[in-house]
Amino acid sequence: MNGEAERTVAFTVNGSPWRGTVEVRQSLADVLREAVGLTGTHLGCEHGVCGACTVLVDGRPVRSCLMLAVQADGAQILTVEGLAPGPDQLHPLQEAFWNHHALQCGFCTPGMLMTAWALLQEHPQPTRAEIQTWLSGNICRCTGYQNIVEAVEEAAVRMAGEGGRA
Amino acid sequence: MKPAPFRYAAPRTLDEALAVLSQHGAEAKVLAGGQSLVPLLNLRLARPELVVDINRVAGLDAVRHEDGWVEIGALVRQWDAERDPLVRSQVPLLAQALGYVAHPQIRARGTLCGSVAHADPAAEIPLVLTTLGGEVVAARAGGSRTLPAEAFFLDLFTTALASDELVTAIRLPAGGFQGTAFCEFSPREGDFALVAVAVALRWDAGGRIQEARVGVSGVGPTARRVVEAEAALAGEEKSRSAAQRAGEAVAAAVHASGDVHASAEYRRHLARVLTERAVVQAMAIGGEGVDAQ
Ligand SMILES: Cc1cc2nc3c(=O)[nH]c(=O)nc-3n(C[C@H](O)[C@H](O)[C@H](O)COP(=O)(O)OP(=O)(O)OC[C@H]3O[C@@H](n4cnc5c(N)ncnc54)[C@H](O)[C@@H]3O)c2cc1C
Ligand code: FES
Ligand code: FES
Repeated sequence: MNGEAERTVAFTVNGSPWRGTVEVRQSLADVLREAVGLTGTHLGCEHGVCGACTVLVDGRPVRSCLMLAVQADGAQILTVEGLAPGPDQLHPLQEAFWNHHALQCGFCTPGMLMTAWALLQEHPQPTRAEIQTWLSGNICRCTGYQNIVEAVEEAAVRMAGEGGRA
Repeated sequence: MKPAPFRYAAPRTLDEALAVLSQHGAEAKVLAGGQSLVPLLNLRLARPELVVDINRVAGLDAVRHEDGWVEIGALVRQWDAERDPLVRSQVPLLAQALGYVAHPQIRARGTLCGSVAHADPAAEIPLVLTTLGGEVVAARAGGSRTLPAEAFFLDLFTTALASDELVTAIRLPAGGFQGTAFCEFSPREGDFALVAVAVALRWDAGGRIQEARVGVSGVGPTARRVVEAEAALAGEEKSRSAAQRAGEAVAAAVHASGDVHASAEYRRHLARVLTERAVVQAMAIGGEGVDAQ
């Protein structure tokens, strides 16, 4: 087995199947942005430090800059584009971010939303400390974090009121 | 495109993986969780010709309890180990430490064996393995060997692993301690620690410490046990003053060196304070608490 330089991969993104040939050294983030055309996933540092590229792979939050696209073969991927229930609608997390002014430039926001989504899956009623710990892997240069934490708190309350996650 | 070009192999069985490594080990890199390797690829600090992705190798993702050991396979993610009932009940020190390893998104992919193979001097998992006297199971085509942690970690980012070997599991002694604690200091939550301390204590019915393990990282090229601190605790009643003496023993025994992150003096100070804190916490976990003196 000498290995290959290219491979065909197939995965599901936001419910839709995608299939294509990728260079084995391409990150999942690059393939999502450049080949699939979903540019909502942002790339800040490209070495695992900032969290902007966070997407859900098989339900777990991962750094898409640290995963090769070939490794996603067969996976279910959720990106920020897949959060909202429909066109012209927002996910409760997105709405709470809007209400709380939890974004300024918005660069970190996709990673924040995807991480918060994963947090609420595991802890539907998180404590403030849990929110801070989970978001500690996401860097924001604008907001000072306070409003992001408050937005996640509000989203948790609203989602519980709606009888579970949207 | 960040990494330099490489070829990619994704073996499905352990034999296949070992065969690839025996042929190409010298120019290959094993890819597990990728949370240390991929940053190095992206920064082009690593330029392997071949990446051997072990994520699809069958049979490496189990946590097992046998013969007094908890064995954690090469594909067990830090995220899963953190939540694993066997780990939490039998190796609570490891469960305590895992919460300090990076962030949830890193732990979702990162493996325990990958952290051990990487041997970052500030990493938590090698510290726990060293403190508890754990072992590393390394396989190569045609055989495997088991190395005690102290023989595995040679220097910073340097282990006894040969290029044709794969870490298939780490093994940690199951149970044995009533009180354990892990304390570290890092400038920001989730960062690598400047200094970390792991403590495990066993005491008799009267509360007298029978056996103590004290390990520290951040004050040398690898994590290490501090037998002087362990000796200072053995035979003592659980008390804050015994914890203080353990902290002083650590400060006296370690040879920290300063770097851009912290001076030698500051690291020594942290080692003392964190040891005292961890010993006090470990004493309290058993339920009896620590008397104020
Ligand atoms: C932002 C950030 C913060 C981090 N913070 C921390 C922290 O605070 N504490 C901490 O401990 N770690 C931290 N890490 C590192 C993280 O824990 C990694 O998951 C871990 O060091 C490596 O595990 P991995 O499975 O990802 O290994 P990989 O990245 O896949 O591999 C790492 C190295 O080990 C080799 N290797 C991997 N598995 C095997 C095997 N089974 N046999 C032989 N060789 C193998 C690889 O070839 C490579 O050289 C951080 C990482 C990032 C990106
Ligand atoms: S771009 Fe992936 S963590 Fe920064
Ligand atoms: S809103 Fe600008 S980086 Fe967070």
